Amino acid sequence: MHDPNWQPRIVAFFCNWCTYTAADLAGVSRLKYAPNARIIRLMCSGRADPQFILAAFSSGADGVLIGGCHPGDCHYSEGNLKTLRRFRLLKRMLHDLGIDEKRLRLEWISAAEGDKVRSVINEMVEDVRALGPLDLPGRFADWDGEMTRLETRAQAAAEQVSEAKAEAAHV
Amino acid sequence: MKNNYSNGEVRVGFYVCHCGHNIAGMVDCPAVAYYISRLPGVVVSRDYKYMCSDPGQELIKQDIKEHGLNRVVVASCSPLLHEHTFRHAVEAAGLNPFFFQMVNIREHGSWVHTDRAAATDKAMALSRAAVNRVRFHRPLETTRVPIHPDVLVVGGGIAGIHAALTMANGGKKVFLVERDPSIGGHMAKFDKTFPTLDCAACILTPKMSAVRSHENITLWTYSEVVKVEGYVGNYVVTVKRKPRYVNEELCIGCQECINACIFKEAKFPDEFNVGLSKRKPVYIPFPQAVPQAVVIDPMRCLHFKTGKCKQTCVEACGDRHAIDLNQKEELVQIKVGNIVVATGFKLFDAKRIPQYGYGLYPNVVTSIELERLVTSSGPTGGHVVLNNGRTPQSVAFVLCVGSRDHKTNRWCSRTCCMHSMKLAQLVREHTGADVTVFYLDIRAPGKGCEEFYDKSLKDGIQFVRGRVAEVTDWAVTPEEEGKLVVRVEDTLAGLVRRIPVDMIVLAVGMEPQADSQDVRRLFNMSCGTEGWFLEKHPKMAPVSTFTDGVFIAGCCQGPKDIPDSIAQAGAAAAEAMALIDRGYIEQEPNTAYIVEEDCSGCKSCVPLCPYTAITFDEAKGKASINAALCKGCGTCVAACPSGSIRQHLFEDDEIFSEIEGVLAHA
Repeated sequence: MHDPNWQPRIVAFFCNWCTYTAADLAGVSRLKYAPNARIIRLMCSGRADPQFILAAFSSGADGVLIGGCHPGDCHYSEGNLKTLRRFRLLKRMLHDLGIDEKRLRLEWISAAEGDKVRSVINEMVEDVRALGPLDLPGRFADWDGEMTRLETRAQAAAEQVSEAKAEAAHV
Repeated sequence: MKNNYSNGEVRVGFYVCHCGHNIAGMVDCPAVAYYISRLPGVVVSRDYKYMCSDPGQELIKQDIKEHGLNRVVVASCSPLLHEHTFRHAVEAAGLNPFFFQMVNIREHGSWVHTDRAAATDKAMALSRAAVNRVRFHRPLETTRVPIHPDVLVVGGGIAGIHAALTMANGGKKVFLVERDPSIGGHMAKFDKTFPTLDCAACILTPKMSAVRSHENITLWTYSEVVKVEGYVGNYVVTVKRKPRYVNEELCIGCQECINACIFKEAKFPDEFNVGLSKRKPVYIPFPQAVPQAVVIDPMRCLHFKTGKCKQTCVEACGDRHAIDLNQKEELVQIKVGNIVVATGFKLFDAKRIPQYGYGLYPNVVTSIELERLVTSSGPTGGHVVLNNGRTPQSVAFVLCVGSRDHKTNRWCSRTCCMHSMKLAQLVREHTGADVTVFYLDIRAPGKGCEEFYDKSLKDGIQFVRGRVAEVTDWAVTPEEEGKLVVRVEDTLAGLVRRIPVDMIVLAVGMEPQADSQDVRRLFNMSCGTEGWFLEKHPKMAPVSTFTDGVFIAGCCQGPKDIPDSIAQAGAAAAEAMALIDRGYIEQEPNTAYIVEEDCSGCKSCVPLCPYTAITFDEAKGKASINAALCKGCGTCVAACPSGSIRQHLFEDDEIFSEIEGVLAHA
């Protein structure tokens, strides 16, 4: 089991015009929500490069949240729809990587929906908490360790073989 | 370009703001400053009570000079509030303003968390991300885009009229677009205005005719905006001009065509009198209408319905040839730099509360219907009468109809208390009837309004506190016979009462226009959950929207009375004029650009751009971005498979370092 003091870490990519502003509104309205999300501001959810999401997971995020304007309301017409397409593809890929789909979430949150910021972050923190730590950096270290062990063993075996061969030739 | 981009040592100054107790109450600011001070490249790390104050900004400037800082990070409120403030401070000290990064630890931190340790942790993580990121910042320059001096005002109610006149008087060319056949809006229907009881028409109609005659105003009634393209300073707007089948320039408003119409009797509900009177298919909206031109309703006109009309109207018009039954809908394109949206409100539909009997009992009327009844130019010539033509002996006003109710609209419509008291006084003046007002709370906060409430009390108007449960004609006592009975819990007396009256007036509240969502999308604005257009900041930017160059005024932003609508219209006009007179806007340099040697010419990016800023250079076999058209969304950047598109201010390495930063253990 994981450390009981473990807290989920969520990286949130919010678009400047709707979701980031909604998070500001949540603040101005003094709504209270879980402190686990770290918000990174982008001009549009369309800027949320899948590499950012993978980088977040591989740097230790337990979940990634993308927030954009509602369809039809994008400040840049349809950047949010481009993100939706990438999000669908990325989800399949994450599934194949063994990353639970609840760890990546896309939400449309308008500038007026401060309360939705609160509920989405709270929900996501609870979902991810239930899943436990993803700890990709730890897993990478494990895999690397395994590779090193395998390599050392292979090397040792190869040495033994060559020694045995040398011995046989000698005899 | 101020070239102080240091390729060598990065020297970061970090400042965490207490914001009084706003941040310091939930975040351990000195601890954050200490944590950041130990990060590589951080030369100065301080906490201070109010970073945005003059001494706070001075602190940054001094440190830049004394410690040779070349990067600055401030952890305080939202960048949407103070990014500009700090960029200016950094620039004033001789540094490129884009060597600055802001961390939001108030709106996204202290205000939303309850655990001090966790909030401090989060503040550290966010600050670390910014310090990471700012290392990669490059010097940038804003670009200046010229502003087209013309303005579009959408909506010809009192707010739109006032905004248009203000700007036109200031020498700006204004297009005023109104969807009805006349300007004037709701105010034109009012008899008198509270709390001064001055005549609405006497103060509105001069402004309406001023609009018509103003050399700087192009008035397009019976027209709607259908498309808005472009951006602040350079909007291209398409306006649909509906055919009124009458040439506005030629019509002199003599109304002979109306008399000559084949329909001898007016038989269609008159919109201006909210259906209380009838009009013909050819009509003039109301006597003071601007423009003074008739309009033909194709849904009612025999010519358009059957094609078999003798066209007596055309005959009556004679040599003037003002009537043109072949008029077609027209789409006109205009260029403007700024837009003022003043599209107003609609009234709550009283039928949504069936227990009040609107539509069932003819003597249950809405406040706007009573308004038309008390007006001398109204359908009854100013006589308040019952369905049977008699004068009412007793009238009840039911307040908060559709307002302050979770089942309908949660908000207070702000004007109904005062509006009802005004009508109550007018009814007493006109009929001498007993008047009872059923209220939840009397809200009379405006100038002279509390005094008006006092006057109403002294004038003998009865006030009963309680939400009316039901209106019924089911009499249980002889004196209730033939009357409407108001059933209400009198919450001050503490008993349930039945009060018989002749007439009941429902003070219906205000609602966003039915098509407010479409209008919002048209102008790229936001709406609150209720549907009112959202201002950029509820206090500091009450008439601005999130789209630069689009301003809001009047009731489309929320319920308000006439003085407030006019004040807002003036404010919106001033904001637009400030932009026009400056002559240019500074654009955030967050545009995308192409690193040509990396571009493989795959063209993935070309169709992604909604602004057609990306073109494919066939000769070079590379994509190319027109920075003037790029709005900086970054969608193409995220899509480029070779990483050859990059975005100023949101470079990949900046964001990757930010991700690392927020995840680095505090």
